[in-house]
Amino acid sequence: MHEMSICESIISVIEQQADAQSFHKVNRVRLEIGPLAGVELEALKFSFDVVCKGGLADGAKLEVIELPIDAWCMQCAEKTVVAQRYDACPTCGSYQVQITGGDELRIKDMEVD
Amino acid sequence: MCTVCGCSEGEVKIEGHHDHSHHHHEHDEHDHHYGNGPAHAHAPGLSQARMVQIETDILAKNNEYANANRAAFAKQGVLALNLVSSPGSGKTTLLTRSIEDMKAQISIAVIEGDQQTANDAERIRETGAPAIQVNTGKGCHLDGHMVGHAFEHLDVNDGVLFIENVGNLVCPAGFDLGEAHKVVILSVTEGEDKPLKYPDMFHASDLMLLTKTDLLPYLDFDIEKCMDYARRVNPKIKILQVSAKTGDGLQEWYDWVKASQMMNKIGS
Repeated sequence: MHEMSICESIISVIEQQADAQSFHKVNRVRLEIGPLAGVELEALKFSFDVVCKGGLADGAKLEVIELPIDAWCMQCAEKTVVAQRYDACPTCGSYQVQITGGDELRIKDMEVD
Repeated sequence: MCTVCGCSEGEVKIEGHHDHSHHHHEHDEHDHHYGNGPAHAHAPGLSQARMVQIETDILAKNNEYANANRAAFAKQGVLALNLVSSPGSGKTTLLTRSIEDMKAQISIAVIEGDQQTANDAERIRETGAPAIQVNTGKGCHLDGHMVGHAFEHLDVNDGVLFIENVGNLVCPAGFDLGEAHKVVILSVTEGEDKPLKYPDMFHASDLMLLTKTDLLPYLDFDIEKCMDYARRVNPKIKILQVSAKTGDGLQEWYDWVKASQMMNKIGS
């Protein structure tokens, strides 16, 4: 449900940017979202269409770039990628893994007129 | 007051928040509207499609509010604790008991978040502590903006502000309110694997309170397993077992609050 308020935040960033970068229509928005951001993508896409109605992003296409959960394994002393927060290192099986990314929730760029 | 507001349609209500309007920001009595403003920008010039790099954090706006709250709390020497849990974990019962026990030593105020009703704020006020109810309407969490406005109505100089979030183990994890700590409350009548089912919340919290421990003899709840799960998700989490009914473990919780209050002041 908080996907709706996330979409409202997206719109408010778009409106700010519309002033700053002089555009009046948004055709496409690209987001970068990590699995730990706590966002349900289908709900986000649904909410986006609803929230955009009547505004300068009305009808805009929403594209999501899904980012991995980056981590650092202390045993391997190397970067790795895990599937969820309490996973072991896929290489050595150690639980001494520090999550370094995956909670991103960013607007990357937009195609505008 | 609102320097970074982007308010519009919404169903959020903050008790006692009075009429004022400034630029695109409207509050009618007891009502507070949230969302995006009516001003749709029309910029002259460019008509060709082009790409604009944004690279902006979507929650940046909430974070601005949270930082403003953090500054306001620091200015008044207030320790803010964000209490999160599923509905029915006993947050309000724990709070009323805690206030009764600590009010002689600490000044305490409460912001209560619920979808509807002011019942919880009324329960808190019966203890003599000031409380403001925020009704989020359709919303599933409190955000920095709501808390900032509610805090305007509270006076807790050098005290503790408890923010009782909407009962929900998912969404409140992602929204910083400017608090010093999130405290996650899990009652032993729930499943012991909740930390694994809702890892984001347990990861974001600094303290876990296992409540209703007086019921343990009647339940199959495996407390060791639950603590193990919580530490898997968050190795740094502190865990206390309490019963607001019998008072077991409450002294440690009060000590934690007082120690956090002291740590909060040192170096601020």
